[in-house]
Amino acid sequence: MRGGLHAIWMSCFLAGCGTPPPSEVVRVDGSSTAYPLMEAVAEEYMRTQSGNVRVTVGVSGTGGGFKKFCRGDIDIAAASRPIAKEEAARCAAAGVAYVTLPVAYDAITVVVHPKNTWAEELSVAQLRRLWQPEAQGALLRWNQLDPAFPDRPIHLYGAGADSGTFDYFTEAVVGRPRSSRGDYTASEDDNLLVTGVAGDVGALGFFGFAYYEENAHRLKAVRIRQDADAAAVSPSRESVMQGRYRPLSRQLLLYVNTQHAQARPQIANWVHFALKQAQPLIDEVRNIPLEAAAYEHAFRRFDAAIAALGATEVVAAQPTAKLGTVDVR
Amino acid sequence: MSASLHGSSERAAFLRRRQRNERWAEWGLGAAASLAVLITLGILLTLIIESLPFFQAVGLWDFLFDPEWTPLFERAHFGIMPLLSATLLTGFIAMSVAIPLGVVTAVWLSEFAAARTREWAKPALELLSSIPTVVFGYFALLFVTPALQKLVPELPTFNLLAPGLVIGLMIIPYVSSLSEDALRAVPMNLREAAFSLGSGRLRTALWVVLPAAVSGVTASAVLALSRALGETMVVAIAAGQQAQLVFDPREGAATLTSYIAQVAMGDVPRHSVAYQSLFAVGLSLFLLTLVFNVAGHWVRNRFREAH
Amino acid sequence: MGGSRNSRGKILHRGEHWRDIGFEALGLLIMLVILLVLAALFVQLWIDGAQRLNLDFLRQFPSRHADQAGILAAWVGSVLVLLVTAGAAVPLGVAAGIYLEEYAARGRWSALLEVSIGNLAGVPSIVYGLLALGLLVQGLHLGQSVLSAGLTLAMLILPMVIVSTREALRTVPQALREASFGLGASRWQTVWHHSLPQATPGILTGVILGLSRAIGETAPVIVIGALSFIAFLPPSPVSSSLPFLNFDWLYSPFTVLPIQVFHWISRPNPAFHANAAAAGVILVLLNVAMNGVALWVRQRARKRQFG
Repeated sequence: MRGGLHAIWMSCFLAGCGTPPPSEVVRVDGSSTAYPLMEAVAEEYMRTQSGNVRVTVGVSGTGGGFKKFCRGDIDIAAASRPIAKEEAARCAAAGVAYVTLPVAYDAITVVVHPKNTWAEELSVAQLRRLWQPEAQGALLRWNQLDPAFPDRPIHLYGAGADSGTFDYFTEAVVGRPRSSRGDYTASEDDNLLVTGVAGDVGALGFFGFAYYEENAHRLKAVRIRQDADAAAVSPSRESVMQGRYRPLSRQLLLYVNTQHAQARPQIANWVHFALKQAQPLIDEVRNIPLEAAAYEHAFRRFDAAIAALGATEVVAAQPTAKLGTVDVR
Repeated sequence: MSASLHGSSERAAFLRRRQRNERWAEWGLGAAASLAVLITLGILLTLIIESLPFFQAVGLWDFLFDPEWTPLFERAHFGIMPLLSATLLTGFIAMSVAIPLGVVTAVWLSEFAAARTREWAKPALELLSSIPTVVFGYFALLFVTPALQKLVPELPTFNLLAPGLVIGLMIIPYVSSLSEDALRAVPMNLREAAFSLGSGRLRTALWVVLPAAVSGVTASAVLALSRALGETMVVAIAAGQQAQLVFDPREGAATLTSYIAQVAMGDVPRHSVAYQSLFAVGLSLFLLTLVFNVAGHWVRNRFREAH
Repeated sequence: MGGSRNSRGKILHRGEHWRDIGFEALGLLIMLVILLVLAALFVQLWIDGAQRLNLDFLRQFPSRHADQAGILAAWVGSVLVLLVTAGAAVPLGVAAGIYLEEYAARGRWSALLEVSIGNLAGVPSIVYGLLALGLLVQGLHLGQSVLSAGLTLAMLILPMVIVSTREALRTVPQALREASFGLGASRWQTVWHHSLPQATPGILTGVILGLSRAIGETAPVIVIGALSFIAFLPPSPVSSSLPFLNFDWLYSPFTVLPIQVFHWISRPNPAFHANAAAAGVILVLLNVAMNGVALWVRQRARKRQFG
């Protein structure tokens, strides 16, 4: 038993795990949409630092991430929607100062099963009827949505209530933030949603673009028609960067605690790394990149914010869809 | 003991010391034992205290009879029935596999199988019971569901049938070992009497031994059901996450256990509706399994035939 | 003309005889089906995961590239958590077992203890996770750490350790104790120097079986909160400077093997399913190995007792 114990600790040392003191950790948490990118950045960053810095990435959802962020429990909150007024107030009350940095575009993709031949195009109005709270327990079959659709049950899969995707989707589609029916498979884990829709012919779901792209052969993306006289647009890198995929285009944002970043240089290093290395990693995880200039701009704003500590929120570049206030419990 | 202890005062001191050590030992051991009671109390208190705000906000009537569970949405409903229906349906499917197969296996092991057969059969059952539940979940999602999809047209990936069957399989050793204990406890002379009358082994087993052991066998079924209702990983992986009232096992649904697992994974802050709902559902689960556990023990003790 | 006879030598009616044979065949068939399903499970795991089973898999951290992802953080985490579990459950469980078996007088208190232990054994494992969430993580502010997970699993296997301690102590012949008392030993001395050493193999068997269960438990650890992405190990307990030992690792975030399997299964990309299968193979092998060791300990003790 003794020898076994020694073997374990020895192998620990040999594996190159040093003993970095607890301050050498960068804590990221938040949006599951942003998770693939955050995971990629964290992994690559730790590789360049050869294990001297630890980065943890949690997936508590955008709302969950903000709650932790405003308690000072994490250093960086990854969000798929801008911070809400109430969340910002909570941060201010707790004395948490931050800077907002856009890091990528995302397209909320509405998906159906590949064998679904009837709902290849949907309008925002139809989506509203499908997802509004009044539909709970009432709109349960496809032909209720459109008489031309077959008479079979709809199985819905979507983001959970703590998710930025949920907040964004409900505001963009239903018109009121967080206003949605509740009788669907709600999960913060987008992988579960992918598995669900990919295995169910009558299913419809929504999640971030990266998850669709990675599983494109298992799913079908629905073309979205914003209003009656617009064309139905498919989500893609081009349609998002050209601003044609509306209203479900959005930015992925990083909120960085400036006080933590000033006290611990690893955080600033990580942010610099993320902004510099964004492009190739974003391509790899199938997110949609911002324009190149935007990253440099963010870089400079971050440095300025650290330098001028005491500044509170620095307003980000305008998101492509207007959001207004988001009511958060 | 020292050989040089012959002074009476030394002896008295020695005895006092030993007495004191003895008291310390008993006290220490007793404290360790009382942990069992403390942990039970701890579970009850934690579940009740953390879910109290939930029940104060949601009336007990709504909680028990509302057919919808959407606690985190605009049209918030807090009815436990959807989660309960999925839990019970899964348990029912599991029992319909585990009880026939488990009891037959128990009778076979106890009344029929030769010693040599038992030598591989019992370890096989123990092996089955020692496999981690997450591996069974893997099996349910990636083997059983695709196999069922070939038999049942348009079976969705997340359904209750596959996890139900797998949980049933998982519980067979539980049913069979408890039942077998009960069967073996039946004294030999009952069997001998039947054999003397020309009865074969099956007739004896079914009409003499089994009825004598019915309390133990029933208890094993009830305890196994309790185990099935409390199972988490298989349903968390293979049954999906939709909280809905469900009667058709071809649909997926969230059970009491998979709801807790899913919400707890999202890392909820302390005083939120989500956090409190965790403990409310946990309390329901605890009470549900408690009822079955107590019933199982009661059946075993009450109907035990005196031999 | 001889017919078949039962064990009492009575001639069996032909239908009787065939029914006996039929049932024996049925029992055998069920066992074979169980074995077949077990085989299917292992084969499925092996087919899916064998390609990933190499030394690198054991040495690498999880990664977004499925072919580079490994279980280093997971198995080290499992080992550390098991250390805490054993460190808590063994002394407390054995002490409680000794108390119940050697000290406690029959009465209301000991009845309450026994009922509590029986109840705890039937509580679903996820409820232990909720207890830990409310009491340890939030209440005592131990956080989502190795310590919380270890203590939770210790509470989970405590009933197992207590029961196996009691059963092991029961096999110690009363004559041994009487002889010790006759020589003037106190109760504690008797237990410590005579009963306990005699009972050690049985206790060890129970402890190993309990730990093998703990290593595969997922649900309580999910509720406590193991991380999704963890690419570092908890700090080593030995450092090169004074005081040479530290306990930082107890408070470190962590992950364990079954959680890693669960997260990999949840990803729709089949490449990750291969990783899940490989980790599942390792889990199952660990379980089988631990059960095998427990069995061997028990066999050796029996041989020594009777051989």
